[in-house]
Amino acid sequence: MDYTPHTEEEIQAMLQRVGAGSLEDLYRHLPQEVLNPQISLPEPLPEWAVLEELKRLAANNKPAFKAFLGGGIRSHHTPPVVQALASRGEFLTAYTPYQPEVSQGVLQAIFEYQTMVAELAGLEVANASMYDGATALAEGVLLALRETGRMRVVVSQGVHPEYREVLQSYLDAVGAELRTWPLREGRTPLGEIPEGTGAVVAQNPNYLGALEDLAPLAEAAHRAGALFVVVADPLSLGVLEPPGAYGADIAVGDGQTLGLPMGFGGPHFGYLATKKAFVRQLPGRLVSETVDVEGRRGYILTLQAREQYIRRAKAKSNITTNAQLTALMGAMYLAALGPEGLKEVALKGVAMAHRLWELLLEIPGVAPFTPKPFFNEFVLRLPRDPQAVRKALAARGFHAATPVPREYGENLALFAATELHREEDLMALAEAMREVLA
Amino acid sequence: MDIPKDRFYTKTHEWALPEGDTVLVGITDYAQDALGDVVYVELPEVGRRVEKGEAVAVVESVKTASDIYAPVAGEVVEVNAALEKTPELINQDPYGEGWIFRLRPLDMGHLDDLLDAAGYQEVLESEA
Amino acid sequence: MNYPTIFERSRHGRRGLRLVQEVPEATRYIPEGFLRKEPPRLPQVDELTLVRHYTGLSRRQVGVDTTFYPLGSCTMKYNPKLHEEAVRLFADLHPYQDPRTAQGALELMWQLGEYLKALTGMDAITLEPAAGAHGELTGILIIRAYHQDRGEGKERRVVLVPDSAHGSNPATASMAGYEVREVPSGPDGEVDLEALKRELGPHVAAIMLTNPNTLGLFERRILEIARLSKEAGVQLYYDGANLNAIMGWARPGDMGFDVVHLNLHKTFTVPHGGGGPGSGPVGVKAHLAPYLPVPTVERGEEGFHLNFDLPKSIGRVRSFYGNFLALVRAWAYIRTLGLEGLKKAAALSVLNARYLKELLKERGYRIPYDGPCMHEFVAQPPAGFRTLDLAKGLLELGFHPPTVYFPLIVKEALMVEPTETESKETLEAFAEALGELLQKPKEWLEGAPYTTPVRRLDEVRANKQPKLTYFDEG
Repeated sequence: MDYTPHTEEEIQAMLQRVGAGSLEDLYRHLPQEVLNPQISLPEPLPEWAVLEELKRLAANNKPAFKAFLGGGIRSHHTPPVVQALASRGEFLTAYTPYQPEVSQGVLQAIFEYQTMVAELAGLEVANASMYDGATALAEGVLLALRETGRMRVVVSQGVHPEYREVLQSYLDAVGAELRTWPLREGRTPLGEIPEGTGAVVAQNPNYLGALEDLAPLAEAAHRAGALFVVVADPLSLGVLEPPGAYGADIAVGDGQTLGLPMGFGGPHFGYLATKKAFVRQLPGRLVSETVDVEGRRGYILTLQAREQYIRRAKAKSNITTNAQLTALMGAMYLAALGPEGLKEVALKGVAMAHRLWELLLEIPGVAPFTPKPFFNEFVLRLPRDPQAVRKALAARGFHAATPVPREYGENLALFAATELHREEDLMALAEAMREVLA
Repeated sequence: MDIPKDRFYTKTHEWALPEGDTVLVGITDYAQDALGDVVYVELPEVGRRVEKGEAVAVVESVKTASDIYAPVAGEVVEVNAALEKTPELINQDPYGEGWIFRLRPLDMGHLDDLLDAAGYQEVLESEA
Repeated sequence: MNYPTIFERSRHGRRGLRLVQEVPEATRYIPEGFLRKEPPRLPQVDELTLVRHYTGLSRRQVGVDTTFYPLGSCTMKYNPKLHEEAVRLFADLHPYQDPRTAQGALELMWQLGEYLKALTGMDAITLEPAAGAHGELTGILIIRAYHQDRGEGKERRVVLVPDSAHGSNPATASMAGYEVREVPSGPDGEVDLEALKRELGPHVAAIMLTNPNTLGLFERRILEIARLSKEAGVQLYYDGANLNAIMGWARPGDMGFDVVHLNLHKTFTVPHGGGGPGSGPVGVKAHLAPYLPVPTVERGEEGFHLNFDLPKSIGRVRSFYGNFLALVRAWAYIRTLGLEGLKKAAALSVLNARYLKELLKERGYRIPYDGPCMHEFVAQPPAGFRTLDLAKGLLELGFHPPTVYFPLIVKEALMVEPTETESKETLEAFAEALGELLQKPKEWLEGAPYTTPVRRLDEVRANKQPKLTYFDEG
């Protein structure tokens, strides 16, 4: 099975038309030394057998539906209506909308996505999407450095450790300096911002789940001539004050929490929102409303001179393929829930996380680590190595206790709750934890 | 294509018009026509010192972006702020209202290294 | 008539999905000061309105499922429906769950890595990059780390790209802090070897090549290029955008490339999704393996695991382990086709391109570099016709146009990549349409398209007064 439509007769007729004797002939001009290498691949399988093999592999996983693991990725409900609409072939099998007359579906969906993201972030504009939250952060910081003409970045340790690693890779590439501010009692301290800093970065709720009052840090950043970049879970923004309201110039985050399948880490999408004043420094695609020759409203890619296919070595970024379909799913989710629905889902996770916190703290040897107030994730100090605890819990059918990197402290584990959890789920996890830690 | 005889030209389609100890710089009629509708101009900072041939400004149309190079070495002493709001001046009046920046050359004598109108005409003919 | 936005369909107080039965009180958990003062202006619609809105939008959109889509360098081949079912089997895996409970996922990743190494002739691989350009950045950072490790990082400051290269190549090199120099193509459309020799030297870090190149031509002097770069200590980078033409027939590794990125959304039929998500694995030769991003997937005595212990790694380029669900699709594709199927697919992509090229020549289109093309070719319209108008005319006739005005070295370029999943009669109908357009009056072409959901749009306005959100006042 190879999905090609050609009959043997057609192949012969076409070969004749192009003056070739066989399919091999089409490669005759390649250097003989490299032609027809020995390659070992499994034998092809019929469709049912491919599925069978995939099911065998899938059976070797323990699905984490209703996981209590956190770290920015959580088990959430993916509405079937979102799945169904996003699976439509027109969305699934189109590419970048370079021909707007036949791409209004994707273009308008992006325009609406940009609107929803800007609303959530409390900022004026958003681009069409980035790969994930971590690369959105890296690109957001690069934007700030271009805008300020500076090469130093301050990042709070409250930013997800993997995001900081990706940021480090991107900043190394351009030779910019990254300084990390350690958390103090679970929150970002207000310190002296070094001279020449172009971007100050914090996360809210932070990696430990704690809510941060970032307005003073935003002010300090601005006084130092830097832009303020905030990493924020978009689901939390259904409830929490948006970054734009407390001084963020740029807001970024990962869209998985908007009902996207976890998919072992991807694909999700990264969002990147900012002020209109910085729009010419934005990386990636951007859609604008306009009119057609008959005066009808339409949508089109705009400010394309920022992008690699026009600006080449002087482009704002090399990004081309982004995460359009998953971003579309995020927008569909937001539209399906509306402002009330989103707030309800977020608050349910908050309530369940607080209940779980209480239950787990009843277990001897378990101590709080994330300070209150926190949102829907929190960190506890366990009496044992969290890797072992996670393993033992998995053996009992629970996915919980994400090990927290040592830089934050010893024996720390992250927990999360969402709208999928019921009181009995929490009780069952607490019971399992009690056994594991006994 | 209009090529005024009162100024100097570069092979990269800039013009340079001497005015006292400064030169006004813009792009030629041919260049604006090739670019199409100009939608944005990125202007340099006043006070910037530039080398001959250094990219000083960027002129963007819908489908492309073009660097504008300094015809001679010098210091940027003024920019055409009107282009921020009305970049289309470059299309409408490339040799007048559509000027881009003013340089104070290190040496006005360097202008003699540039093309005159006839020389530029030849460049255009060779490109066609 | 304007198609309404989702915001215009919104009515205050209307509800769609309700996922929560008892809504907790916010202030019980969160101090007032942290709470949102104004709700976000998200749409308020019922589920049917939502379905009508997006279904309506989808009908204002073409894709491979609806339309021939010969977008050059993008490999718009059919995306099997099997793959969409396959990914559902792996939807509920959390990246931080105990790896012993994700052995199937890790095994799939490991196997896919082995397949891709075999197909490219590479020794080690990362599946982490999220797209082709992301793979490019990863690959160039690996090369940079290698040169730095050998004490040549300061000296090697230049990346060479052909003038026919994808824009992402120079953009990537810039992002990695390199100076970019373009190498001209020769009269045959291939890299000018003499020009390349002049540019090579101890200041060069890498050459980025696409092979077949963006003209659809195989770089026949590739072994010589590889020898020259090796002698100069330069790393040879393979942009895998065009691998579809040669998969199974020839491998970048055998040609002398040190690094290769793949576009799983092109060659291995992950759907393009209106612009993404894709996946851009990077394969390297053994000498570059220590610099791969973390984590890598490895097979050990106790099964499969993630290895974070690479002291010379360039670090992370993405959170977690990449676009895993895209990997599932590529895996399913390779297991369905096997080596013979992949080779046949590649050969038929070439045959389709050559056949279509002949049909277009017959109808008066010019082929500026008329060598033996691979999976794509670059054509020019006859004198007097503008490519833009022909592209818009194609829309009217029911086809998605090829890539236009690229590569930059060809004026009025039409870059056509039919792919192997298109039938002979589709190619003939497309050629017929392109021929028909040459018979149309000039005014008709300049006004096209006519019956699409919208006609030509005011792009100048979108650039001068961009309106970027529904609430943007402009």
